[in-house]
Amino acid sequence: MEDFVTEWTARHGATRDRLLPLLHAVQAEAGHIDDALVPAIAKALNLSRADVHGVVTFYHDFRRAAPGRHVVKLCRAESCQARGGAAIERTAAQRLGVAMGETRGDGQVALEPVYCLGLCAIGPNALVDGRPVARIDAAALERIALEVAA
Amino acid sequence: MRVFVSRDMASVALGADDVARAFVDAGCNVVRTGSRGLFSIEPLVEVETDEGRIGFGPVGPGDVAAILDGTHAARLGRVEALPFFASQQRFTFARCGITDPLSLADYAAHGGWQGLAAARAQSPQAVIDAVKASGLRGRGGAGFPTGIKWQTVLDAPGAEKYIVCNADEGDSGTFADRMLMEGDPFCLIEGMAIAAHAVGAGHGYIYIRSEYPYCITTMRAAIDASAHLVAPFVLEVREGAGAYVCGEETALLDSIEGKRGQVRAKPPLPALQGLFGQPTVINNVLSLAAVPFVLAQGADAYAAVGFGKSRGTMPVQLAGNVKHGGLYEIGFGITLGELVNDIGGGTASGRPVRAVQVGGPLGAYFPPSMFHLPFDYEAFTAAGGLIGHAGITLFDDSVDMAHMARFAMEFCAVESCGKCTPCRIGSTRGVEIMDRIIGARDAAPSGAGGAVGGYLDKALYSRSPARIDTSLDAQTALLRDLADTMKYGSLCALGGFTPYPVLSALDHFPEDFGASAPLKEAAE
Repeated sequence: MEDFVTEWTARHGATRDRLLPLLHAVQAEAGHIDDALVPAIAKALNLSRADVHGVVTFYHDFRRAAPGRHVVKLCRAESCQARGGAAIERTAAQRLGVAMGETRGDGQVALEPVYCLGLCAIGPNALVDGRPVARIDAAALERIALEVAA
Repeated sequence: MRVFVSRDMASVALGADDVARAFVDAGCNVVRTGSRGLFSIEPLVEVETDEGRIGFGPVGPGDVAAILDGTHAARLGRVEALPFFASQQRFTFARCGITDPLSLADYAAHGGWQGLAAARAQSPQAVIDAVKASGLRGRGGAGFPTGIKWQTVLDAPGAEKYIVCNADEGDSGTFADRMLMEGDPFCLIEGMAIAAHAVGAGHGYIYIRSEYPYCITTMRAAIDASAHLVAPFVLEVREGAGAYVCGEETALLDSIEGKRGQVRAKPPLPALQGLFGQPTVINNVLSLAAVPFVLAQGADAYAAVGFGKSRGTMPVQLAGNVKHGGLYEIGFGITLGELVNDIGGGTASGRPVRAVQVGGPLGAYFPPSMFHLPFDYEAFTAAGGLIGHAGITLFDDSVDMAHMARFAMEFCAVESCGKCTPCRIGSTRGVEIMDRIIGARDAAPSGAGGAVGGYLDKALYSRSPARIDTSLDAQTALLRDLADTMKYGSLCALGGFTPYPVLSALDHFPEDFGASAPLKEAAE
């Protein structure tokens, strides 16, 4: 992955404002941002390791450990709550066998909170491996559970 | 035969991709558009006929054959003639749902680039004067006059100037930015190019939240397609990384610079020392997207619509437990009740509306007794709320308002950038107070201010139990005191506005806080 950082910065620039795009690129490539890679990222952009660590840990999107093979992001915001989101959240945790904010022990699925996907009139909503799903009810949860079991 | 199917993320979430594929398989020429904005009829399909585009919706893949042979029961007729659309004033969203978002030819054929051409034929000062004359105020929430912001940047000395579009639309109940960027991205690009001409900026950033993947893809493609038309102005999309506070303009600037998205103390204003310390115009998507209309149609045409000091139109977003949810663009001045009941059709569940939250997670909750309020920045401020980004989230009578107040505090605690104490610590203490209030209420269903000692976390409070007044009155007094500290002591709107949902819930729905009857009367 250190080669990836070197090549990326050679192509896209190595100024501080490239840090977020670089972190996105690393995570897209490796699935997460390993702590062991932080010194290389810091060196490439002429930042301190504390700078990079501070940014990685500040943003909710950046993961320091490998995610589940499937990621279900379920909206917890007000509009989805107004459409029964809290009950769907409880059912989803039961059906997928993993608590909100965690990755299941077998690494098969992660259930993550998201605060608004901008689909607020057709909630409760989710992103299942990046695909938007609206009006989630028990039947939709069952389809999602079967999908992420594969 | 040409068929139009939306590619908007909401339409896709309801199955539009499958519908479009079925029409392709049936041999149709399918044009993917943005969404018209009424989600109760999505996926919406429009078929080109001699009498215009005829709508069908909601449509599933199995409906294709019946639509093509004209026997389908869900025939809506011309979409523009439906009441939801006929009563709108579509200035900013005129093309959304009609054109192919990434077709330059389509955009030009529907009036695109006329505003930019008009702007470039004028001096920067003349463009700014037109924006001032239109009365356009920032649509991101604060309502600051756009022309005055631009004037400050034009007049500021700086080696380089920037146009930054705040597309970090994090508020629950709002989706207008997302719809515009997915449905008419060139409109935003044109607005930013006009701003660049007006203040002398060479570079622009569109900061889009990562929760909007379709926006990011569409905007990047639109920037590539139109680069030659806006040159020498250069645009770039910057993807956020899941931080609500980056919707706050100074936190957003820090995030673009590659830092933690923490708010900066103001002054200096970003207009004077913004991105990389240079003079920066930072506007919301809808503010910038309103500008092409102002330049193409004239400031007077824009200012002619509106109410009081709130000129032009507002794309209102009807969300939550709503029957006819979606985007409804109209001049300011329509009442809250008209939007909720007449346009939105009340709740989707069919139960009575109990509360509406206006302006996202930092907006106030209003009871139906306040539905006479006109949609206007000043009127909402006077009523203890805010229009914000004009999201209206409906809740039916099953809502627990104490729970919603607790959620507002919890959201602030999760999303606080940590820079200032009232927001960082205050929100956590707020969650604890709400837990005590809810615990007391549930322990004593009759309300009337029962003691809450049994609910307290012994590990936290056992050291000095005698110093905690656990009565409900004391806890609500503490909540108000804390809200006051957050409101006046926080650096930005996250901590400063969290008291709006919390206190409005307490004031308008005291019974959910276990308050006794006399307190309820006093509050009203």
